[in-house]
Amino acid sequence: MGWEVVIGLEVHAQLNTATKIFCGCSTTFGAEPNSHTCPVCLAMPGALPVLNEAAVDKAIALGLAIGAELNRQSVFARKNYFYPDLPKGYQISQYELPVVGKGTLTISLTDGTEKVVGVTRAHLEEDAGKSLHEAFVDQSGIDLNRAGTPLLEIVSEPDMRSPAEAVAYLKKLHALVRYLDICDGNMQEGSFRCDANVSLRRPGAPLGTRAEIKNLNSFRFLEKALEYEIARQRDILERGGCIVQETRLYDAGRGETRSMRSKEEANDYRYFPDPDLLPLVLDPARIARVRGTLPELPDIKRARFMRQYALPAYDAGVLTMSRVLADYYEQVAVGVDSKLAANWVMGELLGALNKAGIEIETCPVSAEKLRLLVQRIEDQTISGKIAKEIFEDLFHSGGEVDAIIEKRGLRQITDTGAIAALVDGIVAAHPQQVADFRAGKDKLLGFFVGQVMKASKGKANPDQVNTILLERLRKE
Amino acid sequence: MELHELSLRALHQGLQERRFSSVELTGALLARIARMNPTLNAFLTVTETEALAAAAAADARRAAGEDGLLLGIPVAHKDIFCTAGVRTTCGSKMLERFVSPYSATVVERLAAEGMVMLGKLNMDEFAMGSSNETSYFGAVRNPWHTGMVPGGSSGGSAAAVAAGLVPAATGTDTGGSIRQPAALCGVTGIKPTYGRVSRYGMIAFASSLDQGGPLARSAEDCALLLNVMAAHDPRDSTSHPAAASDFLRGLDRPLQGLRVGVPEEFFGAGLDPEVAAAVQAGIEELARQGASVQSVRLPNNPYAVSTYYVLAPAEASSNLARFDGVRYTHRTEVPKDLTDLYQRSRYEGFGAEVRRRILVGTYVLSAGYYDAYYRKAQQVRSLIREDFRRAFAEVDVIIGPTTPTPAFPLGAKNADPVAMYLADIYTIAVNLAGIPAMSLPCGFTRGGLPIGMQLMGDYFADDLLLNVAHRYQRETPWHTARPSFITGEA
Repeated sequence: MGWEVVIGLEVHAQLNTATKIFCGCSTTFGAEPNSHTCPVCLAMPGALPVLNEAAVDKAIALGLAIGAELNRQSVFARKNYFYPDLPKGYQISQYELPVVGKGTLTISLTDGTEKVVGVTRAHLEEDAGKSLHEAFVDQSGIDLNRAGTPLLEIVSEPDMRSPAEAVAYLKKLHALVRYLDICDGNMQEGSFRCDANVSLRRPGAPLGTRAEIKNLNSFRFLEKALEYEIARQRDILERGGCIVQETRLYDAGRGETRSMRSKEEANDYRYFPDPDLLPLVLDPARIARVRGTLPELPDIKRARFMRQYALPAYDAGVLTMSRVLADYYEQVAVGVDSKLAANWVMGELLGALNKAGIEIETCPVSAEKLRLLVQRIEDQTISGKIAKEIFEDLFHSGGEVDAIIEKRGLRQITDTGAIAALVDGIVAAHPQQVADFRAGKDKLLGFFVGQVMKASKGKANPDQVNTILLERLRKE
Repeated sequence: MELHELSLRALHQGLQERRFSSVELTGALLARIARMNPTLNAFLTVTETEALAAAAAADARRAAGEDGLLLGIPVAHKDIFCTAGVRTTCGSKMLERFVSPYSATVVERLAAEGMVMLGKLNMDEFAMGSSNETSYFGAVRNPWHTGMVPGGSSGGSAAAVAAGLVPAATGTDTGGSIRQPAALCGVTGIKPTYGRVSRYGMIAFASSLDQGGPLARSAEDCALLLNVMAAHDPRDSTSHPAAASDFLRGLDRPLQGLRVGVPEEFFGAGLDPEVAAAVQAGIEELARQGASVQSVRLPNNPYAVSTYYVLAPAEASSNLARFDGVRYTHRTEVPKDLTDLYQRSRYEGFGAEVRRRILVGTYVLSAGYYDAYYRKAQQVRSLIREDFRRAFAEVDVIIGPTTPTPAFPLGAKNADPVAMYLADIYTIAVNLAGIPAMSLPCGFTRGGLPIGMQLMGDYFADDLLLNVAHRYQRETPWHTARPSFITGEA
């Protein structure tokens, strides 16, 4: 009998508000240490928190997008523990009553099926600062710029049954928070990170003892860490051992998880309602206002792309991964073949972005330029092959599509006389191959096409070259 | 009368009529502080240079035509209010060298009116105490009898006002810390409705109970200060939008028709007979002025002290976590590691009473004990609130003693924390409910110690309390008596 894997994820999404959750300091990343601080986020004596309402609106947006219950009254609580980068000695979070209650997220699996994953809750809280151990000898530095940055912790049900499902869920959530413009999704900077709870059980048995893997900040690390952890637990269980409930860290360098602390060593956080903050009350008008600002959500957009642009499910899924990419595609697809546009965006464009390691947001080729390029293929000004060369130029050196075509003389040769002259030249120069072709070696057609295209510097219209070649070669 | 005996009204008049300048007034009080503070230990920090500069600035503003009621009048702050550039200790070794980068809202507001800060006043460490003996900087002595405690935690504020070192002072009240020392030192003090006075910059003890307020020599003087102190503050989420009010407007309203409630629970065992008699006489004075008096019940009041000593330490254990040896606090020498840094810095920086309350608070919030203590105490808190709601359906003010006894000797209750906690038996329920209450002098013991009467009102009835106290003080001499400075041990 096999093992069933049970996975639940806790995702911390840093909300992209301009200021911190309980004070007016900037949330900008990468500033001089402790330059974005004030008495409140430094936890000076007597300083008090005031809730940033923009963070609440972003939590409401997430709640609406996953069809969750929004609690009309939620409560901020203090999570008490000592750490140097936690200046108050407690983190303001939500405990018994979170702002967002139960919701769902639907993920697409590789076999084409869909699965609904439950979201238990999402609550608002503040981030801690950072301890810097590298720059000092026998000392640690504390940077409190990040202290008080708003986080939305989104907790899933233990509904995932494989690392692939967990990755699909995380990607879906990642796309969603970016769609909603509530989080920049930057995983390297830690704006979007997750903890994974994983356990194994015999199918149908009650949940097994779980381990929690902390602070996974890439999809790959999540997958690798889960794979390692599942193998580790399976190994222990099959040898008749017991899983210890504990918190583990993933060491990306060694590709393994290791124990950080056991349940017994876990803090007693002594949660209690924060008396400095009133309960957060959401009135229906506010919820309606946020609902009015929601963009078209990924699932709905994907269905529309399949319908409106007659795209296969796969293409529609890729193109709606991010709002910016989807918007880009829709601009490219204006007045040109929508499938050809999709191929260009998914193929050349995403390939080049990926290779250059840049995001669609900072893509050097505007959607309008790519649209024109696709149009020039459609109107036969250039061939697809030439278009790829022009795209390379646009991507790396900029410029305008038509100007490049003219300047470099890349306009496709469609003049039948000119192509026939080229063809005649090639046919005359290769009597042996002509004889072989006529003797039945059909494969040689490719050779002739290649020679003609080469002679035209790639500019001859391939369809016309084919037609004229066949005409000449079959003539006795 | 000498300058140090004048009320705020009289001081304003004197400044207005140019009979003396703010610089002269400030200088006179600084001289008095220099002479008497070594005995009383009411001031922890005297800001002489800054005070004289502020006084000169106030005189210039007055010369330029301004005539604020508080312009150029000296004040001093309990050392729990952060003051930019002037150290703020909260009575603790932990903050012995702490200089705040910012000022509390209350400090800013009074300074903006042109009040002249003379310095910072002694207090029980982190406001935890009822005798001012837990201060790291030594006990404050009661001006009426220097062998006696002044009460606490705002003991420095009450003693300084009583001794004429300053005409008015700020204090804070978490379980009686304005009213109890006001009673023991024979001054008038008000704990406003929770949410009236901003807590921003006021070092937190128990956030859901803490409330700042004035101590002065009369209800009218308190009203003058509260007019400036009470205001909505967007930097304090618990500040009430309608916090501001004109507390002078209704001060003179006659008491005809006022319904006074007297709670049986406040006159039971443990109440000193001399205190009981003085308070009864006070109630009779109000009746003489036309108030009707009836008995009311506050059946859950006996649980107030126990409830308070779960909730206040719980909040304190968390509020005081920021004093961790990492940033602006006392830090132990050569810590071995992080845990050692925390443990020794906190052990050395906090006094015994503060450590006791942090331990109690940590315990009642711990897994497995939360429901039995913290949650249960919150339920009792609701019942106490309900008691007052019912009572205020029948009466306008509730009157009783502020404290069960007059000032007690220094050292008398140090060995028995519970005996000390019972000094606040009549004041704590008010904080749990969040309602306003004040203490005003209503007589003396045969030994010459002042006795305080407590007025309690419904939410936002602060103005009514000040009105009743003012009418009472128009007809009685108690608040005008000046301390005898009896010396020696009790």
